[in-house]
Amino acid sequence: MSFIQSMDQIFITLQHWIAGLFPLWLQPAVMAILAVVAILGAFPAIFAVTTVLERKGLGRMQNRLGPNRVGPLGILQPVADGIKSLTKEDIVPFTADGLVHFLAPLVLVTAVFLGFAVLPIGRNMVLVNMDAGLFFFFAIGASVELSIFMAGWSSRNKYSLLGAMRAIAQMISYEVPLLLSSVVAVMITGSLSTTKIVEAQSGFTGIFPHWYVFTPWGFAGFILFVIAALAETNRSPFDLPEGESELVAGYFTEYSGFKFALFFLGEYLGMLSIAGFGITLFLGGWGAPFSFLGFIPSWLWFFLKLFAAISFFIWLRGTLPRLRQDQLMNFAWKFMLPMALLNLVVAGAWRFLGEGWQRWIICSVVLLAAYFLLGRTLMRHQKLGPRSYRYAE
Amino acid sequence: MSTTVDNATIKSYRPPVIEISEEGDELLEVAMGPHHPSTHGVFRMDVALDGERVIRLKPVFGYLHRNHEKIAEKASYLASMPYTDRLDYFCSLTNNWAYAIAVEKLAGFTVPERAEYIRVITAELTRVQNHASAIGFLLQEMGASGTPLMYAFREREKILDLFEELTGSRMMCNYMRFGGCRVELPKGWIEKVGVLVAGLPQFIDETEAFLTGNEILMARCQGVGILKPDLAINAGITGPMLRATGVNYDIRKVDHYGIYDRFKFRVPLGDHGDIYDRYMIRILEMRESISILQQAIKDIPAGPIMDPKSKIRGFRPKIGEAYGRIEAPKGELGFYLISDGTGNPYRYRVRPPSLINLTVLEDMCLGQNVADVVLIFGSVDIVLGEVDR
Amino acid sequence: MLGEAILKGLAVTAKNFAGSFVSEERMTTVQYPEERIAPIENTRDFPVLIYDGADPMAGLRCVACQICEKECPPKCIYITKSADKKPDYVGKPQFYPTRFDIDISVCMSCQICVEVCPFEAIKMDTEFELSTTDRFGGLLFDREQLAKSNEYYHSIHPTEAAEVDARLAEEKAKTEAKAKAAAEAAAAKAATAAATPKEAPAKEPLP
Repeated sequence: MSFIQSMDQIFITLQHWIAGLFPLWLQPAVMAILAVVAILGAFPAIFAVTTVLERKGLGRMQNRLGPNRVGPLGILQPVADGIKSLTKEDIVPFTADGLVHFLAPLVLVTAVFLGFAVLPIGRNMVLVNMDAGLFFFFAIGASVELSIFMAGWSSRNKYSLLGAMRAIAQMISYEVPLLLSSVVAVMITGSLSTTKIVEAQSGFTGIFPHWYVFTPWGFAGFILFVIAALAETNRSPFDLPEGESELVAGYFTEYSGFKFALFFLGEYLGMLSIAGFGITLFLGGWGAPFSFLGFIPSWLWFFLKLFAAISFFIWLRGTLPRLRQDQLMNFAWKFMLPMALLNLVVAGAWRFLGEGWQRWIICSVVLLAAYFLLGRTLMRHQKLGPRSYRYAE
Repeated sequence: MSTTVDNATIKSYRPPVIEISEEGDELLEVAMGPHHPSTHGVFRMDVALDGERVIRLKPVFGYLHRNHEKIAEKASYLASMPYTDRLDYFCSLTNNWAYAIAVEKLAGFTVPERAEYIRVITAELTRVQNHASAIGFLLQEMGASGTPLMYAFREREKILDLFEELTGSRMMCNYMRFGGCRVELPKGWIEKVGVLVAGLPQFIDETEAFLTGNEILMARCQGVGILKPDLAINAGITGPMLRATGVNYDIRKVDHYGIYDRFKFRVPLGDHGDIYDRYMIRILEMRESISILQQAIKDIPAGPIMDPKSKIRGFRPKIGEAYGRIEAPKGELGFYLISDGTGNPYRYRVRPPSLINLTVLEDMCLGQNVADVVLIFGSVDIVLGEVDR
Repeated sequence: MLGEAILKGLAVTAKNFAGSFVSEERMTTVQYPEERIAPIENTRDFPVLIYDGADPMAGLRCVACQICEKECPPKCIYITKSADKKPDYVGKPQFYPTRFDIDISVCMSCQICVEVCPFEAIKMDTEFELSTTDRFGGLLFDREQLAKSNEYYHSIHPTEAAEVDARLAEEKAKTEAKAKAAAEAAAAKAATAAATPKEAPAKEPLP
């Protein structure tokens, strides 16, 4: 193998080498355990870096420094935060349902970690190569909602229950556009397996890649996926369940100390995993953006794209105000669902129109026209619009 | 009621069921505050909700009451001046000016021209930084994670630095005196104000690019918290809230106090009276303030800054009463003084615009979502120091 | 409409993010206490008593007239006037404060005491890092703690101190001129009294 290829497969080589030290009958188990350990180590580390990145990024957008006292440039801030949350008293309300209260963060973290199992992080680097990987990912994602409900219910606090209900309503409403927007990628690839979807995007025409995001239906699907992902992970501008501390302090009011840290971890890991999934579906997974950049290892490309996605999420958080609950739901059901369904139709038309520049024009025009018409109708229906002001005379 | 607390009692404890039945419905009663995540001060709202809609809202304040008016009865007129700084602590210079106007009416002082120009410059700078901060706070409550607030504070810091150079203190300025201003402008101050004013339109443009057409902002603010003009007039609302409903009432144009007649500026009016209108009126007023500042900086004459008749110590106005009011950034700030000939006022009353504007909070919030209550409250733009005094 | 304002907003934020690395306008943080902003000259924090000369207690300009105590709005100044008079910096006998306490936990830095003092004795300092762990007396400053020299006053408020010195010098010159004129008049009177011959008092008829 050339040097580039060996760098690309370095983790696989390492995994095989360590497993080779064990007897033959233990080797499959050891390989699996190594892969799991790698995921359990890498992604929480990325989570730690994400928290620092978020605080410093938000700070810089607001013309201030973020945390910069712990470690150089504040890199060790998550360590300080971790120590703080570990040493805080774990308060469980007296009338709370103890078992459910204890299990809720565990369910969240478990579900989120399971979702990492089908992400192809590099060439040949996927933990479980399932034929129905996409299916598995979304099924696991739904159990995140279960954990939120467990948290809200077990706290025996009417405000947390209300907050949990709201969060679940939001997440369920956005599951539908999320799935529908990812179905287009499946349609064109012809398989539910995440590795096959990435491989289908790994070709190049000239120097440009075959990523799905560079097609009209892929671009629309990607935008819809991103918006739905923001809503699924309760990020700004859809963070009403946790940001509305005016009335309801959120479904994790009654959590303190390490359990709160687990919720935080679960939420951010969910964000990472759904970002990774979006990268897999639309942004070419571990593929390079230009053919001459293929010498950079595939897993590095995946992490760079993940980093870009996280930065984009942080950018959105620093810019946009929050949507209200009913506006959120209106948006999901009245705008995103029709657009996602139309996108399916357009993707099908793309396939049947055959190769050529006509399909680009037709699909783009249909999607843009639908966007403008639908958007304008909805805004006019709610009587929103820019205004002009008069002056007294 | 058992007095022993043993394992059996603890295990058999069930929390009491709170029955809230009002007219047959079960209303959820929530107390929002006094610790607000949205930083307007210590203020409580007792809200009764039916699902998401507000059925009843009762504001409860008084957590910041500091006996300002009673202290003023025992202190001399001059000693009350630093206390007026602390009424609306964002806009100390306009508070000083309102009090100075009231006392000048009582005692019959005339203010020299240069002092009037200085008063206008400081008041308009105060108005700019107040409106910028008000918009920042409104967006902070809306969840824009503090970004517009930080931009507003960046400009506010520059203005506060100017105030510190002039008066010695950033927020508690204590600068106006009866009959003029306390101290002459430092060398180069007017030039610095000119430089700042030249940079302000860029800041307002940046804020507008960020916010005005923003669909999320429009969705949350348009049509929310509507105040009708006749209710506003009946309740005595003043300031940007009143002008957002469409009523043309700006005390600078009505009373012609100071030398505002010499400046050309327009009064923006809204049509709908919702949060979006109030926000836009504040932005437009900031632009008008910038134009006033530019005119004032150009025309400021040389001369004395105090009325020679006024005394610092031993000031005893003759018996009488006076009401002096100005267009403070939050509304009509008025001081009502009754003098009995001694060095302390017999009665000293502040007409706080924030408090009067809050009386219609319930009317604006009825039927709205509970998530909007905080936004409506933020759009009134109150400062608890003024509400509670 | 339809999403472009959100993109404009994102552009504004991105500009600020990028600008925070290059321009000082977009990164306004001053990392106190390692970095400090240069203090503005006119700043006022808490009052101090000014003395001339080398000896703080002898050179205090304060003559315990208690005007500042009366005018202080929160009444945080406590003065006890002396019973005797001591010579001040120029040698003239003056009253002096045997006790001059300011409770700076009450003081609201309004500067009214400075405005009403007729003797330029009390001025505002610029020191604000005065926190202490002593709850009960740590923030009650007495005469010794409050006395600051005129040179110190010049260093913190140069323009103001120059004006004050000019005013004091002018007053001193005026009093000296008046004293000189009075001394000359007295000397002239004594001279004329000595020059005229001793006259017998007018003979008045005894009642």
